Amino acid sequence: MWQLIKIELFKIFKKPRTYIAFAAIAAIVFLIQLALYVDGKAYLGFILQSLEETFEVQGNILNGYFVCFIILQTLLVHVPLLIALVSGDIIAGEANMGTLRLLLTKPVSRTTLMLAKFFATVTYTIMLLTFMAVLALFGSMLLFGTGDMINLKSEMVIILDVSDIFWRYMAAFAFASLSMITVCSLAFLLSVLAENSIGPIISTMAIIIVFTILTTMDIPFFNALKPFLFTNHMLNWKGFFDRPVNNMEVLKSAAVLVIHAFLFVSLAILIFRKKDILT
Amino acid sequence: MESIIQVNNLTKYFKQIHAVDDLSFSVQKGEVYGFLGQNGAGKSTTIRMLLTLIKPTNGTIQIFGADLKDHRNKILMKIGAIIEKPDLYKYLTALENLRLFARLSKIHRTPAEFIRQLEVVGIAERATSKVKTFSQGMKQRLGIACALIHDPELIVLDEPTNGLDPQGIADVRNLILHLSKNEGKTVLISSHLLNEIELIADSMLIIDKGKKIAMGKVNELLNPADMFIELQTTNNSAALYKLQNSNFQKIVKTKDGKILLSVHQQEVPELAKTLIAMGIEIMALQPKHSLEDFFLSLTTNDNHVAAYKN
Repeated sequence: MWQLIKIELFKIFKKPRTYIAFAAIAAIVFLIQLALYVDGKAYLGFILQSLEETFEVQGNILNGYFVCFIILQTLLVHVPLLIALVSGDIIAGEANMGTLRLLLTKPVSRTTLMLAKFFATVTYTIMLLTFMAVLALFGSMLLFGTGDMINLKSEMVIILDVSDIFWRYMAAFAFASLSMITVCSLAFLLSVLAENSIGPIISTMAIIIVFTILTTMDIPFFNALKPFLFTNHMLNWKGFFDRPVNNMEVLKSAAVLVIHAFLFVSLAILIFRKKDILT
Repeated sequence: MESIIQVNNLTKYFKQIHAVDDLSFSVQKGEVYGFLGQNGAGKSTTIRMLLTLIKPTNGTIQIFGADLKDHRNKILMKIGAIIEKPDLYKYLTALENLRLFARLSKIHRTPAEFIRQLEVVGIAERATSKVKTFSQGMKQRLGIACALIHDPELIVLDEPTNGLDPQGIADVRNLILHLSKNEGKTVLISSHLLNEIELIADSMLIIDKGKKIAMGKVNELLNPADMFIELQTTNNSAALYKLQNSNFQKIVKTKDGKILLSVHQQEVPELAKTLIAMGIEIMALQPKHSLEDFFLSLTTNDNHVAAYKN
């Protein structure tokens, strides 16, 4: 299995399209950091407008932790597309190229091959999130320094002490990785059903967009459905910046995501084991 | 002689389409076995079933004496295959492709052995070039190198000369003959070109619409003394019935109001006499010397009423 995962990772990182995601993340993070570095105080003044009428804000609020939070809020919504670029291609791309039939004439069981491909895409996903964490968190800490962090919510303001933030980011990145692994599993399932990679990539995004719309619409008809939609739980990494952290809520969301990922991958393997390879 | 492949009553339906219909054949150790049929005859479907890419609807496949369903990985370890055009990883180099397929076959080769393998197929000087820069012929050669890297006992080649120039075709032919005669490999090769099979195969099977039409040793099926006759009579259906129950039953079918049959050259007068004795008047009796003509007439769309003896 390990040998197969290494082969799959070798193939993933030999493809130029793999680096699109890394380049896109680097570009977005850099642009946000640059913009905040140049004009951050004005931006901060604008969002703290109502707060400053009541409170006196002192110290370095525009610090690395705050900048990282802004970056994550902006970026994590779009990362699923970058994940789908690779995981949607992992089987459908090979079917399209004709290499899938060559792979399957080798003495490797279909289940083992599928698991190796899935773990390789999971590795890619984690690497992408780690890359993002390094740039967004450590890059911002380096540029803007550290300090207490203000978390502005619609109904309250949470101020986190500088010594109480770092672990929250580590937990948030771990949770975001789980969210992205669920997206990766969905693209993986759709990749089994298609014979070119465009279909799974677009379908993954379409499903996420539709589910997100259902999640955000405040219509009673959809409310019963919301707890079961994985998109409803994907952004719960923000829960780690509450005080106190609602552990039950975060764990529940994590469980929903794990169950979805497990179902998507199991279904993908089941379909692939029975599939006739005609390409 | 040891049977390497034993296929019994193999059938594959794609919804209402009978891609392969009750096919049985066996391939003996060390022989080059030709699998002949027009495009869409069911050759690739059969080969894909032999390589576990497609699940049969019915029938059994035994390779190396073991059931393919139960011993898939053990069997595939000893098979090298090219299915239609060898689509390799275009963004990798020839050497990287070769190394990758060696690892998938769970074998270890030294860098020198990889280069030697590329030398065998004549593309060693392009070892570090990306496959996307290769011509179709070079891809085909690399595909063969990948199929042979783990020194398989059985080589399965589905239309291996597609897209090759005459020199490429000759090279592939010589390589197959070398592998069979000098290294004792068993080769199953499919083609829609009779002359290709005629030049390299020991035995062959002709299929059409998924059904077996003829099977046997190439030198027997392509005996130069055999002739293929186009026959027109006053009553073709009676003539056909009687021929199928006579000594002239090797291959018989009707097409475009004519009866096509295979007879030995010396049997032609006897055939004429027999038909007259049966009260059937002959309107035309035309020899078709080329087996290619006969193969084409045998495998085109028509009511198929073949009778054959194996």
